[in-house]
Amino acid sequence: MTAIESTNAHVHDLGMPGNPISAAIADSVAVSGEKQTALKAKDLKTDQEVRWCPGCGDYVILNAVQSFLPSLGIAREDMVIVSGIGCSSRFPYYMNTYGMHSIHGRAPAIATGLAASRPDLSVWVVTGDGDALSIGGNHLIHTLRRNVNLTILLFNNRIYGLTKGQYSPTSEIGKVTKSTPMGSLDHPFNPVSLALGADATFVGRAMDSDRKGLTDVLRQAAEHQGTSLVEIYQNCNIFNDGAFELLKDPATGTQWTIPLVHGEPLVFGPGGASCVVRDEVGGLRIAERNQVDASEIVVHDAHRNDPSYAFALSRLSSQDLRYTPMGVFRSVDKPVYDRMMADQLEEARAERPADLAALLAGGDSWTVS
Amino acid sequence: MTGITPGSTAPAGAAVDAPSSAPGGLVKSVVALDRVVIRLAGDSGDGMQLTGGRFTSETATFGNDLSTLPNFPAEIRAPTGTLPGVSSFQLHFADHDIMTPGDAPDVLIVMNPAALKANLPDLPGGGLLIADADEFTPRNLAKVGYASNPLEDGSLDGWQLVSVPLTSMTTDALADSGLGKKEAERSKNMFTLGLLSWMYHRPTEGTIRFLERQFRRKPQIAAANIAAFRAGYNYGVTTEAFAVSYEIKPAPMAPGKYRNISGNQALALAIVAAGQRSGLPVFLGAYPITPASDVLHELSKHKAFGVRTFQAEDEIAGIGAALGASFGGALGVTTTSGPGVALKSETIGLAVMTELPLVIVDVQRGGPSTGLPTKTEQSDLLQALYGRNGEAPVPVIAPRSPGDCFDAALEAARIALTYRTPVILLSDGYLANGAEPWAVPIIDELPDLRVDFATEPNGEDGEFLPYLRDPETLARAWAVPGTAGLQHRIGGLEKADKTGNISYDADNHDFMVRTRQAKVDGIAASLPPTEVDDPDGDARVAVIGWGSTYGPIGAACRRIRASGRSIAQVHLRHLNPLPADLGEILARYDRVVCPEMNLGQLAMVLRAKFLVDVQSHTQVRGLPFRAAELAAVLQDVIDGTTGTVATSDSSSDTPAQTGAAL
Ligand SMILES: Cc1ncc(C[n+]2csc(CCOP(=O)(O)OP(=O)(O)O)c2C)c(N)n1
Ligand code: SF4
Ligand SMILES: [Mg+2]
Repeated sequence: MTAIESTNAHVHDLGMPGNPISAAIADSVAVSGEKQTALKAKDLKTDQEVRWCPGCGDYVILNAVQSFLPSLGIAREDMVIVSGIGCSSRFPYYMNTYGMHSIHGRAPAIATGLAASRPDLSVWVVTGDGDALSIGGNHLIHTLRRNVNLTILLFNNRIYGLTKGQYSPTSEIGKVTKSTPMGSLDHPFNPVSLALGADATFVGRAMDSDRKGLTDVLRQAAEHQGTSLVEIYQNCNIFNDGAFELLKDPATGTQWTIPLVHGEPLVFGPGGASCVVRDEVGGLRIAERNQVDASEIVVHDAHRNDPSYAFALSRLSSQDLRYTPMGVFRSVDKPVYDRMMADQLEEARAERPADLAALLAGGDSWTVS
Repeated sequence: MTGITPGSTAPAGAAVDAPSSAPGGLVKSVVALDRVVIRLAGDSGDGMQLTGGRFTSETATFGNDLSTLPNFPAEIRAPTGTLPGVSSFQLHFADHDIMTPGDAPDVLIVMNPAALKANLPDLPGGGLLIADADEFTPRNLAKVGYASNPLEDGSLDGWQLVSVPLTSMTTDALADSGLGKKEAERSKNMFTLGLLSWMYHRPTEGTIRFLERQFRRKPQIAAANIAAFRAGYNYGVTTEAFAVSYEIKPAPMAPGKYRNISGNQALALAIVAAGQRSGLPVFLGAYPITPASDVLHELSKHKAFGVRTFQAEDEIAGIGAALGASFGGALGVTTTSGPGVALKSETIGLAVMTELPLVIVDVQRGGPSTGLPTKTEQSDLLQALYGRNGEAPVPVIAPRSPGDCFDAALEAARIALTYRTPVILLSDGYLANGAEPWAVPIIDELPDLRVDFATEPNGEDGEFLPYLRDPETLARAWAVPGTAGLQHRIGGLEKADKTGNISYDADNHDFMVRTRQAKVDGIAASLPPTEVDDPDGDARVAVIGWGSTYGPIGAACRRIRASGRSIAQVHLRHLNPLPADLGEILARYDRVVCPEMNLGQLAMVLRAKFLVDVQSHTQVRGLPFRAAELAAVLQDVIDGTTGTVATSDSSSDTPAQTGAAL
């Protein structure tokens, strides 16, 4: 929680003393009394009817987020959720915070401008696999490399839901959909690998139905300073039902899921029979525990500065989800964009205070009398 | 060489001063002129833009009225000495107020054969031609297809040729500077500037100060450039090649403080001023593109004013970030050129729907596609007005001169903040890079741009209605995140009236589409009456323009009036909404002519809106209109001739077309 508190230390210090934004906020607080930070899940609900298909994984995620957010101790008015377009991107309408349901793929860009100019806010992005990785792929990678203070929730259902079931950039090769009756031809993205390739400072993965795991990753993501990307596997029961069944079904889930716990050895599988070890060329591979020495088992280190370890972890998965690490892949501290931007403004002001008349006159003026 | 006149179109100069003596007993005379047009041309690497810029600053400080036309290739460094590599800078300065950079130069300075070849067609016969003889080597001549040296073969007999070894005189002057020959040669532009400064009695301290500042960290280079500059000046004093120098008295100007300013500078300063006058932080989201990048560069220097500049990954992110910042209560701004506007269209639509303030600057260049990146055009008007899906009305404003970019940008900010709407500001390459003297505004006289953020519920049941409108402006309530109790969601889906909730209701959509249109139309009520410039009061023909054609059209009107004819000039700043009185004004005239640097875009709008038989006169050469050509067109209209007008333009092989060419 310390990290969040330090965000709020910047509250309303927008670097412009007496600016109208701070004044409006102060006025509103005077009207409504103190800022309400002791919230319950129901305080975050809106009067808008939720319009996802019954059974959609988005409901579960919404509930988890609404239950978890109050624990951050942030007032509703200080949270903003920006989304793109897609089923998942309807999310802001159901959250009693500030929100913008923007245009397809552009939420990270819009959120960047908001977060960069308002470091006092807690800004969240909700996006889908098509929204974030297809039309908005460019914005996503650049947002990650800049490390703006944002938390991005990528709802990956491996399909285009809102447009009724075309394959997406995370669909497995050979996916038969309306637009690919003979099977899709293109190789999918692994969103975690992509984010790590963009040097993202925080990357995690969670399952919609796993309330505890999801909440745990969300908490770490929210506390992280800089851009956090959380890939959430989300079931679209209409167009891609059962996409994550291999991991959800207890019978197979333990076998194929690698839980990531910082500081713990990477051991998984029924009875902890499998583990992750280094391979011969510097990457990682799966091994049977009884085939290797305990000292060979990799101990998970999410704080490693070099992203190649986390990348190697992400590459353990095949596109059919066999061996899927879940949890926080990487969480490292790096300078945060909006802070640095605010610091530059400070520095400029310290060097030469703003004097509009002098600026307009410039260095080479002359006077006609 | 006595008897050189500058080739000025001004009345024959009279010697004003008693001949002054130069060292060595040389007798030099001073001739008074009322105006002169100089063009400097050289290789992209010769520093012509810098030299022109410095000469402009000296001229501005001296107090002449002036107007400039930089003209440079899109390539950063085309191969040295070739035609595509030629860069030029034209400056018109006078002892009275002028409106254009001049149709053609009186004086042409060429630094190499390519510059001669590219620019000679524009120099009227008898004009003064100064050439750097050192660069007319067989190799350089061959590069541009000269079989023999034109400086020597008599082919330039129709002009007043002064061939001087500018390069070697520069290296001679810098013999003791410790610089190598190649490095010393690079100061030849400063030598040339010194010579011109002598010729036109320009003050020199500013340039010396500039060079000291510019090369603060390289004192040797600073010293060399200053030495070259002085040597050029002294060469003018002592040489027999130039027996005459010229005096152009300061132009009368209203009392006040002045500076020289380019359109892009003025625009950037206006954005800083808008932030200060509204009290809001400014957020610029931009992606580099010619000719708009200088606005990004300039604004990046003004962080102390609470200006955040964000170089985005593309134009879409630039405008997206700006809109996000606007949502947070900043003055969001995005700057680009035509291709960038194409990419921003969808987000402009989102800004229309979310009704947030946003200033979109389009510094137009030749199109379509990549087009002519460094040349000017007005061909984005229809894109600005209509280039979006759905009924997405956006106010559009155009500045008419470099200095006017300041006022126009402040007006864009006023409209954006007052009406909570995206606004497009249409500048162009000619305004962006051109410069003129500018009366420095007094801060307290700038518009008050303060905004009212919502701070408490505005609904009858104590709820917050983000789409409740101000009855007068139809602007919606603007509550910024952080404001307690006013949490709300906005977005691109159709909004229900008042609540802003998603609504697919047929009547509501019809109502909201019309309301957004009415809001933008209603801006017209805040505009002053349209100015009609008809000094004689009996004009039967009106000429209407917008944007940067103001200067050439105005200069053409002066010519028309000087010929004893009457003409009315109307120049539009607001392209959307159009001024409320415009239809009535246009209906007063027998003929309305609309010159544009496109194929008749405003003409089409005027015809559609007012059923006026507007006669379109168009040119898309990447250059501003020439006043003389325009005057010929207007004169023919006044005298009753219509149809295609042949222009007496020796440099253009395609005569300009009249008539609606849509
Ligand atoms: C510019 C633009 N292109 C296309 C669309 C249509 N469109 C809306 S959502 C979507 C895909 C959404 O897929 P995803 O991001 O995976 O979200 P999901 O619905 O699966 O949650 C598409 C193609 C659009 N709204 N805007
Ligand atoms: S289509 Fe799929 S993703 Fe969209 S709401 Fe329905 S179940 Fe959910
Ligand atoms: Mg999807």
